[in-house]
Amino acid sequence: MDAKDSLRIELQFSGGMELLFDNQKTIHAKVPASFPTESTGKRHRTAIRDLIGWIASTLLKERPELFIGADGSVRSGILVLVNGADWELEGELEYELEDRDEIVFISTLHGG
Amino acid sequence: MDSTSQPTPAAAQADNTASVDRTAAKAAKPLRNPCNLCQSVRAILKRPKTGQQLCRECFYHVFETEIHNTIVDNKLFNKGDRVAIGASGGKDSTVLAYVMKLLNDRYSYGLDLVLLSIDEGITGYRDDSLETVKRNRDQYQIPLLIVSYKDLYGWSMDDIVKEIGRKNNCTFCGVFRRQALDRGAIMLNVDHIVTGHNADDIAETVLMNILRGDLPRLQRCTSIITNDTSEDSSGLETSKILRSKPFKYTYEKEIVMYAYFKKLDYFSTECIYSPNAYRGHARVFLKDLEAIRRTTIVDIIHSGEALSASVQANESTKLPTMSTCTRCGYISSNELCKACLLLEGLNKGLPQLGIGHTTKIRRQHEAANLASGLSTPTSLSSPSIDGSRSTDENVKVVTHIKDLGRLANQPTLDIV
Repeated sequence: MDAKDSLRIELQFSGGMELLFDNQKTIHAKVPASFPTESTGKRHRTAIRDLIGWIASTLLKERPELFIGADGSVRSGILVLVNGADWELEGELEYELEDRDEIVFISTLHGG
Repeated sequence: MDSTSQPTPAAAQADNTASVDRTAAKAAKPLRNPCNLCQSVRAILKRPKTGQQLCRECFYHVFETEIHNTIVDNKLFNKGDRVAIGASGGKDSTVLAYVMKLLNDRYSYGLDLVLLSIDEGITGYRDDSLETVKRNRDQYQIPLLIVSYKDLYGWSMDDIVKEIGRKNNCTFCGVFRRQALDRGAIMLNVDHIVTGHNADDIAETVLMNILRGDLPRLQRCTSIITNDTSEDSSGLETSKILRSKPFKYTYEKEIVMYAYFKKLDYFSTECIYSPNAYRGHARVFLKDLEAIRRTTIVDIIHSGEALSASVQANESTKLPTMSTCTRCGYISSNELCKACLLLEGLNKGLPQLGIGHTTKIRRQHEAANLASGLSTPTSLSSPSIDGSRSTDENVKVVTHIKDLGRLANQPTLDIV
């Protein structure tokens, strides 16, 4: 897998999150398998932190501040699941993506 | 949950990952992130309240049982109560309807449940969310009543926004909604309304009320159950409909995760008229604090409770005495309730009436009434003394706002 330069990632958006992505609830994305590390320039395996930045810069058409926070994480109030589990159990931003991972973003911000 | 009733790790993994082939090979590996309760299934949620990691079944069990305990410990209901679930189609009220039905069946509460929705008349928002509520009605087999602002007040929110613009429209909506829920509850003949306010909502509200110095609301927002009372003409206290928040201690994250894992059908679009900036800031602030200190939400609810207890103990901060609106009969601390004041403004083309500080306008209103002899003037400082006993024959008390139009002599209001 390391030889491949992209990962097939299934992105899902719900709880109103899909409204930021042209109402698409599922996007099958090809995400770079590695990203350059800012300090050293060396490439590292793609982590969720990189994925969030990648989504904000390539998939989001408008109002990225509704998705990504100043710290490069998702905006507070957005829940993330990695292959069906809370990302807080999977290392959050540091989780390294694997080919065919399924990442879900759920907004909790919309009225109840 | 009895741990012996849990499926084996292998079975559970195969179950969870039907769509992903590669996990079949992983099933033989030692279980990563085992559930803290059953130890035998992979955890899927880290609880915000405790940091505990739980598998899906144990999470359902803990989530439902905590709500059951909240209901029982606070004695929210009596057997045979007719209870309306305030349903917007959003995540909180959808999960509430689902869980109320489930617990009512599981623990034989003996409640007669109904769904009550308010149609504010917001095209592209409420019409869509009401479709969700109608599906919930069918999915959960709970009868549904929808009451609309248009029917109750003669104005939909779309009409109001057309008239007054987008500024302040939330004031109208908030005041009208509270009354509309009560009026719907009266139509349904229910004893009790439950709403989906969760721990995060309540923490935000506590913070907002502290920042605004609104002590009466601070007191009300932390109570799990409230019972508005008023005095009828004989001076006896008349009990009104109870309101409670079974999700007072339930975290938003768990509600959303529960809805997600249970695949509950809810509607999630922001109201098109409401940026609600103030709450938004409170919310982000609390979320940021929570990232540093896990217990922030419960801490601030606790602070709100402690503060309201000390407010109650302090005699110098008396709450306004409640009586009833002379026009529509709704509970009010003034001669005219806020909804009637707002409506008066709308109907007279003076929508600023009732927005912001209303004391001066109310005083003018009273002066006008005094001059025209249509209503008993009521002292603002002691609204309960005369206001609730205004059996003056000139005053016709209507029980429904729709009846207003049929009043021969409406009190007039002259604005200089």
